[in-house]
Parts: sequence; structure tokens; C-alpha cells
Amino acid sequence: FPGLADVSISQDIPVEGEITVPVGSHSPDEDYSTLDEPVKDTIMRDLKAVGKKFVHVMYPRKSSALLRDWDLWGPLVLCVSLALMLQGGSADSKDDGGPQFAEVFVIIWFGAVVITLNSKLLGGTISFFQSLCVLGYCVMPLTVAMLVCRLVLLAGAGTVSFIIRLIVVGAMFAWSTLGEFWLWGGCEGCAAPRFLADSQPPNRKALVVYPIFLFYFVISWMILTFTPQ
Amino acid sequence: IVCHVMYLFAEFDDAANLLAANPDATTISIDEPVEIPKNQHSHLQEPGREEDDELLGTDDSDKTELLAGQKKSAPFWTFEYYQTFFDVDTYQVLDRIKGSVFPVPGKNFVRLYIRSNPDLYGPFWICATLVFTIAVSGNLSNFFIHLGKPTYHYVPEFRKVSIAATTIYAYAWLVPLALWGFLMWRNSKVMNIVSYSFLEIVCVYGYSLFIYIPTAILWIIPQKVVRWVLVVFSLCLSGSVLVMTFWPAVRDDNRRIAVATVAAILLLHALLAVGCLAYFFDAPELDIPAPIIPAHNGTTVITKSH
Repeated sequence: FPGLADVSISQDIPVEGEITVPVGSHSPDEDYSTLDEPVKDTIMRDLKAVGKKFVHVMYPRKSSALLRDWDLWGPLVLCVSLALMLQGGSADSKDDGGPQFAEVFVIIWFGAVVITLNSKLLGGTISFFQSLCVLGYCVMPLTVAMLVCRLVLLAGAGTVSFIIRLIVVGAMFAWSTLGEFWLWGGCEGCAAPRFLADSQPPNRKALVVYPIFLFYFVISWMILTFTPQ
Repeated sequence: IVCHVMYLFAEFDDAANLLAANPDATTISIDEPVEIPKNQHSHLQEPGREEDDELLGTDDSDKTELLAGQKKSAPFWTFEYYQTFFDVDTYQVLDRIKGSVFPVPGKNFVRLYIRSNPDLYGPFWICATLVFTIAVSGNLSNFFIHLGKPTYHYVPEFRKVSIAATTIYAYAWLVPLALWGFLMWRNSKVMNIVSYSFLEIVCVYGYSLFIYIPTAILWIIPQKVVRWVLVVFSLCLSGSVLVMTFWPAVRDDNRRIAVATVAAILLLHALLAVGCLAYFFDAPELDIPAPIIPAHNGTTVITKSH
């Protein structure tokens, strides 16, 4: 390094600086421990984060950096509410009815884990919990569909109500799947940062997206075939 | 790098033999097949065995073992070990599915498509799709058959999904396990030219189940004749894939054992298809005027014949 040949550091010039390590994904600009803040602040901050993600799933905007800060509260709330709403179905015998609470729960969580493992085994670089977070949040349109179905079934259970339910469930299934596909696979003309899309190896996108399609199809089927007592 | 080179050269049977002998050598792609004396199994080669070459791709278990050893080098408790079973691209999976639906007579599915790169993606997700397809189609078919009856109340029959899952996954994993064990046992007694690894057998079984997915969807049609024609048709297609795969593996054995093995494979396959049809799909009702049976208390009971 010729330019530095005559640089010398005098012994009485103090060398000082700061070394900071990023604390975590939640609040990098806080300089006090979150243990000291009021409980209300903690809860409100988490609730706001969950709420923002709900809104983002329903109206996906350009910045998908929101899903980088994963949390599993939203998926849990959605899964539990969906499983609760699927209760109360009719059954001639115990064996013929709709899915039990535990079955819905297991299908959603076990299905999400299997899909995440599948994408990681195919060479994806996405984090395990981020993927679970995205899959769980994208169940939201189907939960809305279930709510609408139950309301429609209150009015009656004839052919008209079935057609309405079919259209609603079909639309929400398309929304969930396309939302997922957009997040996982990306689209060519989109300007949105496709951080999930880039984490997949290029020749295997279809292999990663197909199980997601199957997953939402099964959930939509459970919603559509729900018949009240 | 070795794996990719192997994939390219698998087309050229003799070149592949050369590579098996010296896996670390760099080789140049040549368009015409190179004649190399087959000295590995020359003591088993007979004049009537030339048709083996086309069927087997002049494969020998040495090459497969060597390649298998090189591919799966990570210890089994690491994640990378399991990633080697998912080392397929989209077009490869689609090719394998195509190969199972349109079996080329005389071509071995394992040698042609799998080429020492068995994957678990296909078997697992084809089985999952099949489970849900059968459950959903069965439910839909029952709905349409019983539609219009005043006493019929629709039920989702969700319990059948777990039964379907257990049956199909058990078939897709336990039968290959049994078959692999049986072939290994026979291999120790009789020297076979062809031997398959457990994962290759799982792969063949998994991809051979693909034809049942469109079959299950077509089973919604409530006509007995249509359903049984579909059963026979899909059984022929997927059965032929299995037979063409496993016949070379047992041919060198005692004639009776070879025929019995292939017959057992086909029988189990048929049992799966017929069992699924019988359990998940109600029989379509026949339009025969029902006999009127006078009951004991004087009221007449009308029974429908199934």
C-alpha cells in the first residue's frame, strides 16, 4: 500500500468507537429493555403488528417486508376461529360428519409444516417460521369465506345458498392461492420486491407452489361442505 | 460435478460403464456409442440376452451402488442428506409422470427416467393428491347418486379422509419395503443382473399411482360399466409399468417364483384400486322395480335392490 507508507499512529490519540449488535426484529431503535415498559405497550405493539399483517394479506401492497418480521399469533387466531366455525356440523353417526376441531387444527398446522419442509428440501432458502407465518396469514380470506358461509346458511340451505357459498369460497380460494403464488413465485412484471420468490431455486417454482394449492383446496373443500344441523 | 456428468452420460450405456469403472475421470461427450467390452458380467451374458440391453440399459448393480454411494455422502442426521432426495426439477417430475402414464413397451421406467436419482417428492405428493382426490370424488359421487331422495341428508364423511390416507400411504411405503426385502433375499440366493435400491422401488410405486388420480375423478360418473372399464384401463397402464420394471429383476430366478412375484405385485395393485372403488364410492342404484315384501305387522315394506 504505497499511500500508507508514511502513516503512523501516535500513541496518545485515543481510538474509540461503538459496537452495536442488532437486538432483534421487533424494535431496533429502542435503547431500553422491553422489560421495563408497561404491559399495555407490549400488547399494543404486538397487536398492531398482527393487525398490519392482516391488512397486508387482504390488500397486498408493494412492500412485503412486513412478512420478514414473522409472528404466529395471526395464524393461531385464524386457525382456531376457522376450526371453531367448522363445528356444529351435521352427522348421522359420529363417523360421517365434518372434521372435528382437532382434525382441522392438525390439517392446518401439519400441512403448513409439511409444505415448509418441502420448500426447504427443494432448496429454498426461506426461514422456517417465515414460511409458516405467510401460509398461516394467507388462510385469512378462507376464514372470511367461512364466516360468510355461516351467515348465508342462517338464511337457508337451498340451492341458491349453495351457489352463493360456492362463489364466495371459490373467490377466496383464488385470492389465497394467488396471494401465495404472488408471494412465493412472484410475477414477471411486478415491481414488488419478491423476497420470497427469490428464495426459491428457479426450476422448481411449480414444485413448491403445487402443495400450497393443494393445501388451500382442502381447506376450501372443508368450508364448502359444511352443513349445519 | 460428478452427479451432473453422470446424468448426461446415462444416455450412452457403454460410456456409463466406462465411468463406473473410473468415476473421477473427466470424460468428453461423444455422439456415437462407444464399444467397450462388457467384462463385468461376461460370465452371465448369453446370446439370448441381447434384448436385455434395451430393457435394462446394460445396467449393473455395481454402477448403481457406486453412484448411490457418491450421491448420498452426507450423514443421515443432517438436513443435506434428505435434500438429496428432492434433487429434481419441475420438468423431471413431469417427465416421470408422463413415463408412468404412457409406458413405452420395452423400456424400463427406473432406468429410463429415474437413472439413479430417485426422488421422494413425486411419491409423497402424488399419494397426498390421490388421498384427497379419492375422498372428494367419493363424497361428490355419493352426493350425486343420492340427490333428490327425500330422506337423504348430505354428510361430508370426513372420517374417510384419514382412512384413505392410511391405506394409500401404507400401500406406497410398506409394499415397496416388502418387495425390496424379498428381492434382496432372492438376490442372496440367485445372482440377478438387476437390483433396485429401496428408494427406486418407492419411486416406481409412487409414480405408478398417478394414473389413479384422473381415474378417481372419472369415477364420479355413476355408471357401473364406466367405472369398471376405468379400473381395468388404469390397472393395465400402471400394472404394465410395474411389470416392466420388476420382471428383469426376478427373471433370473426360479420360473415359478418369478411369475408368483409379478402376479403378487399385480394382485396388490388391483386390490388397491378395487378396494378404493368399493369403499369410497357407493354403488349406483339400479332402476329395477322394487319387490314389495309384506311385513309382519301388515304394512308393506319396499326394498330397493342394489
